[in-house]
Amino acid sequence: MRLHHTLPVVGAMTFASLSASAETITVATVNNNDMVIMQSLTDAFEKAHPDITLDWVVLEENVLRQRMTTDIATNGGQFDVMTIGTYEVPIWAERDWLVPLNDLPEEYQVDDLLTSVRDGLSQDGTLHALPFYGESSMMYYRKDLFEQAGIEVPKQPTWEEVRDWAGQLHRPGEETYGICLRGKPGWGENMALVSTMVNTFGGRWFDMEWNPQLDSKAWQEAVSFYVDLLNEYGPPGASSNGFNENLALFSRGNCAMWVDATSAAGKLYGADESQVADKLGFASAPIAETPKGSHWLWSWALAIPASSDSKAAAKEFITWATSQEYVELVGEQKGWTSVPPGTRESTYANENYQQAAPFADFVLEAMKSADPTDSTLEPSPYTGVQFVGIPEFQSIGTQVGQMVAAALTGERTVEQALQAAQRSTERTVQRAGYLD
Amino acid sequence: MTTPRYKRFLLAVLAWAIALIIFFPILWMALTGFKTEAAAIADPSFVFSPTLESYVAVHARADYLKFALNSVVVAFGSTLLALLIAIPSAYSMAFLPTPRTKGTLLWMLSTKMLPPVGVLMPIYLLFRDTGLLDTLTGLIIVYTLMNLPIVVWMLYTFFKDLPRDILEAGRMDGASTLQEVRHLLLPLTLPGIASTGLLAVILSWNESFWSLNLTSSDAAPLTAYIASFSSPEGLFWAKLSAASTMAIAPILVFGWLTQKQMVRGLTFGAVK
Repeated sequence: MRLHHTLPVVGAMTFASLSASAETITVATVNNNDMVIMQSLTDAFEKAHPDITLDWVVLEENVLRQRMTTDIATNGGQFDVMTIGTYEVPIWAERDWLVPLNDLPEEYQVDDLLTSVRDGLSQDGTLHALPFYGESSMMYYRKDLFEQAGIEVPKQPTWEEVRDWAGQLHRPGEETYGICLRGKPGWGENMALVSTMVNTFGGRWFDMEWNPQLDSKAWQEAVSFYVDLLNEYGPPGASSNGFNENLALFSRGNCAMWVDATSAAGKLYGADESQVADKLGFASAPIAETPKGSHWLWSWALAIPASSDSKAAAKEFITWATSQEYVELVGEQKGWTSVPPGTRESTYANENYQQAAPFADFVLEAMKSADPTDSTLEPSPYTGVQFVGIPEFQSIGTQVGQMVAAALTGERTVEQALQAAQRSTERTVQRAGYLD
Repeated sequence: MTTPRYKRFLLAVLAWAIALIIFFPILWMALTGFKTEAAAIADPSFVFSPTLESYVAVHARADYLKFALNSVVVAFGSTLLALLIAIPSAYSMAFLPTPRTKGTLLWMLSTKMLPPVGVLMPIYLLFRDTGLLDTLTGLIIVYTLMNLPIVVWMLYTFFKDLPRDILEAGRMDGASTLQEVRHLLLPLTLPGIASTGLLAVILSWNESFWSLNLTSSDAAPLTAYIASFSSPEGLFWAKLSAASTMAIAPILVFGWLTQKQMVRGLTFGAVK
């Protein structure tokens, strides 16, 4: 082997990699469809801003979150634009990790942004990230199956009704299951849905003194309902189904109902990937005791870390990618069902969008009515509908998610799971100093 | 004594079955890469009309060659560096042992037992302060250190199997230590060194924790390329399979071409 011949090559390549051009901004984002479209429009941005070039780092959500947290907490400066959610923005902004966005140009039309989304991305009234797309949750159902069974779905169904319908439409022999719901453990997976169910069953994560409420009657009722519903009328192996798995099941026609993100609507209406595009019905996310917190609110947003060396260029980019002009560009080039939903009033006022997306008004109403500051029947000390806006929630939510999944698989009873969840949550908030 | 025919037949069937089971996930991944996203999530089937649309989409999204070149430089660069450090270390441990040699060897191996995430923060801070974040140099250093314990252990085992008399004969003829290593030790243990190197290349090629955490765009290798096609929202199996097939293709071909050396090296000295 002539190893010594390869050394200079390795060296040369190494040094070549160390050089970097001046105004290149590195954008870290997730591999969701809307972000892929944004990446594909790089040329349009670079043409309009010839002094800025874009470098993309696209990663899976959990990997990206870990990667960005490491970088921002150590002031690493690897990224100029970060894609983060409504959960991170207030927490990171409080630590001065994000550049405040209080001097946006007039043509950006900041008042056009949906108020609930804007509030979710603000800290002390100042925006710290700009919304790229937003979502709430709603119920999808197979119109053909409901018509055959003579069931009429009201605009606002209840969970009790959903259980009745699931029972009537559950035909496992034909691979049609009554209902599909998230079962995969994780704070952004099963707990997003379970939290909204707990809210509408009258429960909350913490009381005003930060005492965990997971052993309360409302939690017991909500989780028992969820576990029974999914075990009786759900698809086999529901505990490993997340958004993607359920999207695949529903679009193949295997589910009579599915309660999940409004952002799935565009995909389910796309005839090339969905076999149910022509028989798709939708309704509001079901309610029980109270409509409060029955549907979630989430937004993926673009933020500039304080450690960035190219803040001005980064700001140029994020104001472009979240602008009305960008929405129109996507509509014209990629089709109107592909525009990023849930951010601007003007998108929903657009006739082209309304024609292409019959679910538009529905989504807008869900987005507007979700209130992260008042999502529980009894008062709670936190903001967030399907999450609790404290740094410890990632760990709490994931642990509780695992307990709920254990109840779903029958590994524990609901009572045992919730008691264990209560204990572990108590320990976490105690250690973090919320409780004495 | 010869093995009865039926036994040989059964052994062959068993070997084929095991090989197929091991190879099946790779075959399925390669097939899925040629399906549409809708077909990829449909009921599993070998019958489908193949399409290159996933490969086209993957190619349009990311510059494969850039990632592949980074993988090649990092995998071979770190292996070379690890061998350069490990050969003298293993030599001294095999031929000039001290009472602490065994302890040192065990200590080296124990570093492999630590979960990498435990040292992520200190290494990230060190890299930030030395400007090594997102550089090939940084990744080569980390991979070298990551593979060094295994490389030293393997070389130590190969060197120890070499009869000492051969080296002593060389010394009697007046060879210096360097000449001894260059003209006797290295040629005689080349199969072992080659297989160690190949293993280090494969380990570096497949490593994903450090490559995802320490690189962003300039130095990102193929593991980062694959990670960019996974998604919590949306259908991506066909594109992910196409990207994975392209990412493992070079190392698969490399492994295929060098399998003889690999097996020879790994069984080197096994029969005395």
